[in-house]
Amino acid sequence: MQAQESRTNYLNANYGIRSWLLTVDHKRIGLLYLGSVTFFFIIGGLFAGAIRLELLTPAGDLVESDTYNKLFTMHGIIMVFFFLIPSIPSVLGNFLIPIMIGARDLAFPRLNLLSWYIYLVGSSFTLYAMVTGGVDTGWTFYTPFSTSMSNTNVIPTALGIFINGFSSILTGLNFIVTIHRMRAPGLTWFRLPLFVWAHYATSLIMVLGTPVLAITIIMVGLERGFHLGIFDPALGGDPLLFQHLFWFYSHPAVYIMILPSMGVISEVITCFSRKRIFGYEFVAISSLAIAALGFLVWAHHMFVTGMSVYAAMIFSFLSFAVAIPSAVKVFNWTATLFKGSVSFEAPMIYALGFIGLFTIGGLTGLFLSSLGVDVHVTDTYFVVAHFHYIMVGGAIMGYMAGLHFWWPKISGRLYPEVWARIAAVIIFLGFNLTFFPQFVLGYMGMPRRYHAYPDEFQVLNVMSTAGASILGVGYLLPLIYFAWSMRYGPIASSNPWRAAGLEWQTPSPPPTENFEVTPIVTQEAYTYPVQEVTVG
Amino acid sequence: MANAIATAHEHAHQHQFDDAEQQHSASSLGMWIFLAQEIMFFGGLFLAYLAYRTAYPHAFVTASHHLDVQLGTINTAVLITSSLTMALAVHSAQLGKQRLLLVFLVATLVLGGIFLGIKSVEYSHKFHEGLIPGPFFSVVSGDSGQQQLFFSLYFAMTGMHALHMIIGFVAILFLIVYTLRGKYTAAYNTPVELFGLYWHFVDIVWIFLFPLLYLFGRH
Amino acid sequence: MHHIVPLRVYFTIFAALIVLTGTTVWAAFQDFGVMNDVVAMAIAITKATLVVLFFMHVRYSDRLTQLIVSTGILFLMILFVFTMADPLTRGWLPLPRP
Repeated sequence: MQAQESRTNYLNANYGIRSWLLTVDHKRIGLLYLGSVTFFFIIGGLFAGAIRLELLTPAGDLVESDTYNKLFTMHGIIMVFFFLIPSIPSVLGNFLIPIMIGARDLAFPRLNLLSWYIYLVGSSFTLYAMVTGGVDTGWTFYTPFSTSMSNTNVIPTALGIFINGFSSILTGLNFIVTIHRMRAPGLTWFRLPLFVWAHYATSLIMVLGTPVLAITIIMVGLERGFHLGIFDPALGGDPLLFQHLFWFYSHPAVYIMILPSMGVISEVITCFSRKRIFGYEFVAISSLAIAALGFLVWAHHMFVTGMSVYAAMIFSFLSFAVAIPSAVKVFNWTATLFKGSVSFEAPMIYALGFIGLFTIGGLTGLFLSSLGVDVHVTDTYFVVAHFHYIMVGGAIMGYMAGLHFWWPKISGRLYPEVWARIAAVIIFLGFNLTFFPQFVLGYMGMPRRYHAYPDEFQVLNVMSTAGASILGVGYLLPLIYFAWSMRYGPIASSNPWRAAGLEWQTPSPPPTENFEVTPIVTQEAYTYPVQEVTVG
Repeated sequence: MANAIATAHEHAHQHQFDDAEQQHSASSLGMWIFLAQEIMFFGGLFLAYLAYRTAYPHAFVTASHHLDVQLGTINTAVLITSSLTMALAVHSAQLGKQRLLLVFLVATLVLGGIFLGIKSVEYSHKFHEGLIPGPFFSVVSGDSGQQQLFFSLYFAMTGMHALHMIIGFVAILFLIVYTLRGKYTAAYNTPVELFGLYWHFVDIVWIFLFPLLYLFGRH
Repeated sequence: MHHIVPLRVYFTIFAALIVLTGTTVWAAFQDFGVMNDVVAMAIAITKATLVVLFFMHVRYSDRLTQLIVSTGILFLMILFVFTMADPLTRGWLPLPRP
């Protein structure tokens, strides 16, 4: 752990605002994304806070119902499109994929920077729509409400999401080409870190799914703006066609959020169990299986819409099938822990939290994919709780695990471990207190998207709001100590976790070109020595 | 996209690549993935067409009779010819024949312009016949709404196709400028090759649009 | 890497595309019953295949390119088939509909 001030790295290679805004270094672009998605996470979090505050009391007393509609809509849009989807791929994926495969950069560095600017333009449109009155359609933009009834800012919001989609597509394209064409000598497909496999699968979804959302948004825009009635029931159009098109992207989009997280978990679990992952090939292939099967299940969002019951049965069956590759991962992570020398550093606490929360989220997903139960709980808080267990309990736990795990590599500094462990535990507890009561509420019949509710639901709602404030504190802590550690944290060595993987063989922070000499890979991923003393 | 590719090569190869060969294979792969994305993009529109044509076959046949088969056929031939000139442009670039490359790029541009010219004539006919969906749609019949669906899709599909051609024009102009500067040689012509792929893709979209919109139910 | 396709191939394919365009217009005005749609789509798919294989050089490309083209078409088919599975079977169950 010697001081390494004299060495040139990607952070001190050059200074000034231009060197950041015009950078083509994937590591710097990753940091630009880190800043922007954190900004949107805070905004989305504020909307969530307002929602929970309104639901503290049964009466709709804090905000009007119209305002409440806008709050949950904007919470959903910001969190889904401007935080969750770009979060891990654009921040950690951008930073790590080239280093993990021993490349100097992504295949198309300028395209990468362009992705970030497209993200900025798209998010600006959406922000503009929000400050000028917001939008109240729900993040799903269901027609005909979004096309002919809502009198809020549907078009600028949708335009923002449309533009942002290209950022996602270009990032996915860049990753796929990079992983295919830029691997270091000796780095065969089955020697790749599972983080890279997960991002490869994610990129496939980004490239194949996002354009369908794009064209759907165009059709909604044409209908709303130019009276081209494509989904208009008055002309014989089918609103369910909109839902099919929308969910063709938006269900796989959930896998865009969760797959990268699973990639992070595979890295963290192996490192802190000091074991090679159990069943590497199965974990790798299950990422691709999730990506592919994820495209075959979308209509389980539509079981009560009046769609064909025969089609519904097929979609129900296929939704169950997605559980198989997901379970393969959970079993293999658990088997990796077995007889490993497990230690509980902050990233590991998040990773273990992920396994538990994702399992609950996944199993309740099975309730929702069975036709009968789904009819009972559709549009209740059961659904809300389910997808928050996946998106917050899964995706964000993985994001936090990854941020902590690679923070020394990104910043060259160590974060305060004690505080990080405290924050991880707070987040885990706060999360469960927020969302577990919502399962019960939903099962009891509390519908989502209303600002008022009957008195008998209050106790559970108060618990949920209390949990949300704890969760808020939990998320605030890392924000503070990461900022602190950037300046005052102890200098990190190149491999503070003694982890396997190419990214740990280059200095922290890495030089602009990532490696002094292109590494040659001669062994499998996760070759942890079996007998090793646990790190405190 | 095409713009980024067209301007992305100042040197023999960029620093992140080991050699020009790796750079070429990466760029080519990137373009193909982009085209896969385009397939899904147009796929949404084709799906809407499929769904409504299945639901309302009669209204769709009636509505499609308003389209001009003659102009549609001419346009199909024009676009196929522009695909040929584009293929020949790539061929000339690969052989390092810069003059021929220039000629074929300009020919492609001109043919594309003719296509859009004819398309705009058709659009203005539809406008005068009151076939623009919305409050001014003038077909009065029991299935007027369903015929509007046809024209909504007609304008959305051909409009999106035309937009892709216009984007293609911008890219060709860049290619022409760089050709005049002598940038493309037998050793390095990736942008021409990749743009060719894009142009052929746009042609393929039209190959499907033509029978679906103009020809069904003519007998 | 750069496979140079002989000019003869380009002109042959072009001629085929023009002939097929003529054929599809001619066929559209004949009454084949339900087969009209099938013929039109078969011709369109043939034309598209010719363009992909020869103008776009996929016939001479590596396996990965061919895989990407196939993947794009496969997912397009998933979009079509799984969506149409709904409207095509919606009326099978004799339920009162609004």
